[in-house]
Amino acid sequence: MWNIVINLAIIAIIIATSVPLGRYIWKVFTDQRTWLDPVLGPVERLVLRVTGASTAQQDWRAYCVSLLASNVVMWVVAYLLLTAQALLPLNPDGIGGMEATLAFNTASSFTTNTNLQHYSGETGLSTFSQLFVIVWLQFVTAATGIAACVAVFRGLAGSRLQTLGNFYQDCTRAAVRVLLPLSVLVAVLLVWQGVPVTYEGAVSATTVEGTVQSVARGMVAPEVAIKQLGTNGGGYFGPNSAHPFENPTPLSNLFETWSIAIIPMAMVWTLGHFVRRRRLAVVLFAAMLAIYVPMVVGATLAETGGSPPLTELGVDASQGSLEGKETRFGPGLSALWAVTTTVTSNGSVNAMHDSMTPLGGLMPLTGMWLNNIFGGVGVGFINMVLYLIVTVFVAGMMVGRAPEFLGKKVEAREMQLASLALLWHPLAILVTTAIACVVWVQTADPGTALGWLKNPGAHGFSEMLYEFTSAAANNGSGFEGLGDNTPFWNIATGLVMLLSRYVPIVLPVALAASLAAKPGADDSAGSLRADSATFGLMLWGVTIIIGLLMFLPVAVLGPIAEHLSQGVLR
Amino acid sequence: MTTDLIRGVRFAIVTMLLFGGAYPLVIWGVAQTAFRHQAQGSLVTRADGSVVGSTLIAQAFTGDRYFSARPSGVDYNAASTGGTNSGPTNPDHLAAVRDRVAAVRTREALPSGVIPADLVTASGAGLDPHLSPAAIDVQVARVAAARGVPVDAVRRIVAAHIVPPTFGILGQQRVNVLLLNVALDAKDAFND
Repeated sequence: MWNIVINLAIIAIIIATSVPLGRYIWKVFTDQRTWLDPVLGPVERLVLRVTGASTAQQDWRAYCVSLLASNVVMWVVAYLLLTAQALLPLNPDGIGGMEATLAFNTASSFTTNTNLQHYSGETGLSTFSQLFVIVWLQFVTAATGIAACVAVFRGLAGSRLQTLGNFYQDCTRAAVRVLLPLSVLVAVLLVWQGVPVTYEGAVSATTVEGTVQSVARGMVAPEVAIKQLGTNGGGYFGPNSAHPFENPTPLSNLFETWSIAIIPMAMVWTLGHFVRRRRLAVVLFAAMLAIYVPMVVGATLAETGGSPPLTELGVDASQGSLEGKETRFGPGLSALWAVTTTVTSNGSVNAMHDSMTPLGGLMPLTGMWLNNIFGGVGVGFINMVLYLIVTVFVAGMMVGRAPEFLGKKVEAREMQLASLALLWHPLAILVTTAIACVVWVQTADPGTALGWLKNPGAHGFSEMLYEFTSAAANNGSGFEGLGDNTPFWNIATGLVMLLSRYVPIVLPVALAASLAAKPGADDSAGSLRADSATFGLMLWGVTIIIGLLMFLPVAVLGPIAEHLSQGVLR
Repeated sequence: MTTDLIRGVRFAIVTMLLFGGAYPLVIWGVAQTAFRHQAQGSLVTRADGSVVGSTLIAQAFTGDRYFSARPSGVDYNAASTGGTNSGPTNPDHLAAVRDRVAAVRTREALPSGVIPADLVTASGAGLDPHLSPAAIDVQVARVAAARGVPVDAVRRIVAAHIVPPTFGILGQQRVNVLLLNVALDAKDAFND
């Protein structure tokens, strides 16, 4: 109970601080003065001057072409640097070049803001790669998502509007004026708490009992800060923020939890400013909270109750389920993190999700199936816009009126684009998981031949399901018992990540452009007001039914079957 | 399209230098100036300057004279870290915990009662530097016996090493195992 109170209090702190940040982001993207202009203005102008991009307004096609072209370049550069890292400077621990399929996976993973990691940072990446590939991409891909989201906001707010903004200007502003100042603040706070920052490599220690222990270090704090703020999630070390060097104290854990959710939450308020309807933002925020909070409560209850199979062996259940968790955080803070990191498409972890209780582990899966509860910076809110359009349509059908959103008619083209984008997500998860299962079943002695699954039975199925869910949601967390650094998983999840990033960006931007071109009318007495509690309730219901129902069968096959098999509901 | 790609290349170069070069360098400068101890990895050193370890990183303690750390999925290898990733119903995992419970019962002479969970489960990174006060408490008698000192004297040192939750509410009460063991070895630990 106390754990739940603490977790809700932390959520309240994040919400309270997200309001002014949402206003700040709106100001940044509407050419208004902010108090950081004197420092960040010159940096922004420098980036744009070197890029040589005009600041002319772009229609949705030009905007998407710029977005995709810049991302193609990022992918190629990342791939080349990763495979060549052995030849590059700043490699104190002498780490070799990355194997081709792993580099394909890693380049795809970080270009798409997913940060699924089939390598372990301390053994797989040089300091150069950590900084000039990983940290770099963690800024620019998060900025890409924010830019796309702002373009969609402009589309929703505009009336007879043909253009959605300028991609390079938006992307630069997101990186320089939003992500950079927050990252500097969080990174310094993290160093204070004990996160290392050194260009030196591992230090060799002679332990108290006289053995030699090599302790990997590095430029950890700058990466951890942007990994959280940009909903990237890719850690410096393999165990991510469960590693004491990435997350040394309960206070650093608070800063990092805050960083995961702050921008996704702030974007909701930013929309409210863009469309000049504060009430709409409140309704959307409430609908999301009404899914997020029950998930946090559920996961907290599941993890603090202990693991029944261990309790039977004589393990103290009052400390909660502790396998894969850190003593300093305990089960409560780990449960809050697990839900927050998956609803927001962040994917960093402070405990091993693979070792969570079956129902506790169902919560991260649920967060990624929905993928729109606050969501990734930018892209998560774009997903929510899709659900908004569908809700408007369903509600319009129910009351027998032509569906309208913010005074604009929602017609066949918008519904087609929204449906396509929404259907992509379950398709990318369920079909690929099915393929993996077939491969597993068709292989003779798969445990030896493939060696994918650390855990047998229903949990093994969950591991494969989780991996594709994480890739499709551009999340990046994992049931890490999966032996995923194989050509099959590297290539399959690489492709899923790429498609699941760009399909749900391009289609909604096209949708927003289609709405933007229409004249906006004031709400008439007969139209369903989107900023009403009724609409919020509809949105909540539509999100759960459309977002989760398709995943119920696999939830039963994996986590729920495992839960029942451990004899809890005897 | 070509102009877009060229712009993309120029954007990549300038942002790479800014976010991969300048930003980490600024943080490094601040960290090395204001928080040098933390920036270097919170290292514990001996009088001669040699490194014992890091206060944030668990190391193996096998002898009876020392408090044991949490089980590690990677055998306390701080250069290649990780958890066990064992699922909650994995038979291998349950067998491993059963063995650990039996070992703790024998070693600490605890024929009955529940065993502290952190003492028999592996942590997320395999490097958890802490144990709960309960998991320390069951080891006190054995450590005191091995050192030939009164149990109360060991308890006094343990009590001084209990870290409360931040602000009294955030996180768990815990003891840093390395710092505790180093304190036990200090020359004047038991003279008072």
